[in-house]
Amino acid sequence: MLLTPAELEVLGLSLKVAVTGAIASLPVALLLAYVLARAQFPGKILLDGIVHLPLVLPPVVIGYLLLVALGRNGLLGAWLAEHLGIVFAFRWTGAALAASVMGLPLAVRAMRQAIEGVDRRLEAAASTLGAPPAAVFVSVTLPLILPGLLNGMLLAFARSLGEFGATITFVSNIPGETQTLPLAIYSLTQVPGGDAQAMRLCLISIAISLSALVLSEIMLRRARRRAQGA
Amino acid sequence: MKLEVSIGKALGAFSLEAAFASEGGVTALFGRSGSGKTSVLNAIAGLLRPDRGRIALDGEPLFDAAAGVDVAVHRRRIGYVFQEGRLLPHLTVRQNLLYGRRFARGQGSVSLQKVIELLGLAKLLQRRPHDLSGGEKQRIAIGRALLADPRLLLMDEPLAALDAPRKSEILYYVERLRDEVGVPIVYVSHALDEVVRLADTVVVMSEGRVLDAGPVAQAMSRMELRPYLGRFEGGAVIDARVGEQDLEMGLARLDFPGGALYAPDVDALPGERVRVRIRARDVSLAMVRPEAISMLNLLQCRVVAVGEPAGASVDVQLDAAGTVLIARVTRKSVAALGLAPGVPVYALIKSVAIDRRSVGYA
Repeated sequence: MLLTPAELEVLGLSLKVAVTGAIASLPVALLLAYVLARAQFPGKILLDGIVHLPLVLPPVVIGYLLLVALGRNGLLGAWLAEHLGIVFAFRWTGAALAASVMGLPLAVRAMRQAIEGVDRRLEAAASTLGAPPAAVFVSVTLPLILPGLLNGMLLAFARSLGEFGATITFVSNIPGETQTLPLAIYSLTQVPGGDAQAMRLCLISIAISLSALVLSEIMLRRARRRAQGA
Repeated sequence: MKLEVSIGKALGAFSLEAAFASEGGVTALFGRSGSGKTSVLNAIAGLLRPDRGRIALDGEPLFDAAAGVDVAVHRRRIGYVFQEGRLLPHLTVRQNLLYGRRFARGQGSVSLQKVIELLGLAKLLQRRPHDLSGGEKQRIAIGRALLADPRLLLMDEPLAALDAPRKSEILYYVERLRDEVGVPIVYVSHALDEVVRLADTVVVMSEGRVLDAGPVAQAMSRMELRPYLGRFEGGAVIDARVGEQDLEMGLARLDFPGGALYAPDVDALPGERVRVRIRARDVSLAMVRPEAISMLNLLQCRVVAVGEPAGASVDVQLDAAGTVLIARVTRKSVAALGLAPGVPVYALIKSVAIDRRSVGYA
């Protein structure tokens, strides 16, 4: 399929935003998944609920909250811009941030499931062999949950590709900066004669998303086989 | 090596109160399943935190509730061979073996080469745990624990998940471990033949309590422990020395202070010390010396005590010039023969009842 330079630009930006979003959410998602899977503390159900909020809230709400907090005049946004020179508003980085927030619940769910599937008796065995807790995590837990980890990132990536509401609310719809695939499709449907081009972008969207989901399923199967192999 | 354990722990409706000491060699924690043996091992390893008490190794406290000491699992340097092996599934056999090496302080007393040779692992090094047999996994688990340079090795029924041929294979390796590496071992088992073959000291447990602790032969012949040792397998243990071997007949004479026993297929050389288990149900009693009888083993004894009847049978404790024997006979026979403390009797034991599993190196 031959793509026009404009389409390539949209596709490239979308991939950049989604990949960055998925990678950025990894440490946060892993930490949350670990805490939810292993720790017992009051308010755990509440934390679980908050993590899942982006899944059920209107994306516009998330986008608006991000704008209020991290926009140029937002409390955190102003401070970050002034002291660290980090600006999210109307930048592709803001789109990536919105994408990572929206993808977080899916990533946490997949990783939590993987952590809960780890046979803790193996970790106990490693500690009797002299491994301190951090070494146990790196040399036993992490390798065992690796497929779940990748799967979580892949799901977050797939979710990010489709992100619309939070992105357009937080960083607007700027061609070349924040106009990802869904935003470009939306724009094309707003102008007369844009239907054919919109359809081409739709097909690209379907192709990428489907590939990501198939890959995710393959990884899940591999993870299951790995768990049974033990 | 000196291990001191004195702990208490409430585990739901079950309460554990265990106290014993061990001076090295192989210490067996013996008892039925559910008697708290594994909980004691877990407490020694640091995987289970007791409510109170103290655990010390060579005088150094590993756990002391009163002093607030609880050494972390990874700092205890206590090897643990679990019932199910617990090899790390994502690592090769070689990587599993070497796992503890990077954390071990110092060089360690056993080399990888020695462990591979000792446990017969040379052909398995590149394999992964999921395509190994149960016996192979267990050998690797033992090697892995050894290479972490432990001060003490805990083994939790390492034979429980194996079939009979594998069992004797691993038992052989554990014996080599005891004799060639010299690492002190605490060995949990509910199988008497394993205890007799391997252990120097036995700690008999039931329902979370220690019933008795001491040298194997002594504990095995205590009458009040009979019910806990299992009706079928119960009996006495005799420390003996291999005398003449009659290779043509396949018999060996085993000498002990109270006399001599003939046993078939003994896998030991003349002069070597062995430990023989004589099951109570294999011992018959006669008041006069029988003539023209197939039983080769005839021991002159004196009745020490007649135990409590269990159904139709009674265990009778005998003394053969200082060696304790137990005979299980019917109540009818006790009455007919007039068995009572002090009565002289002959104990009769079929040689073929003493099988290979009854004899172990002392």
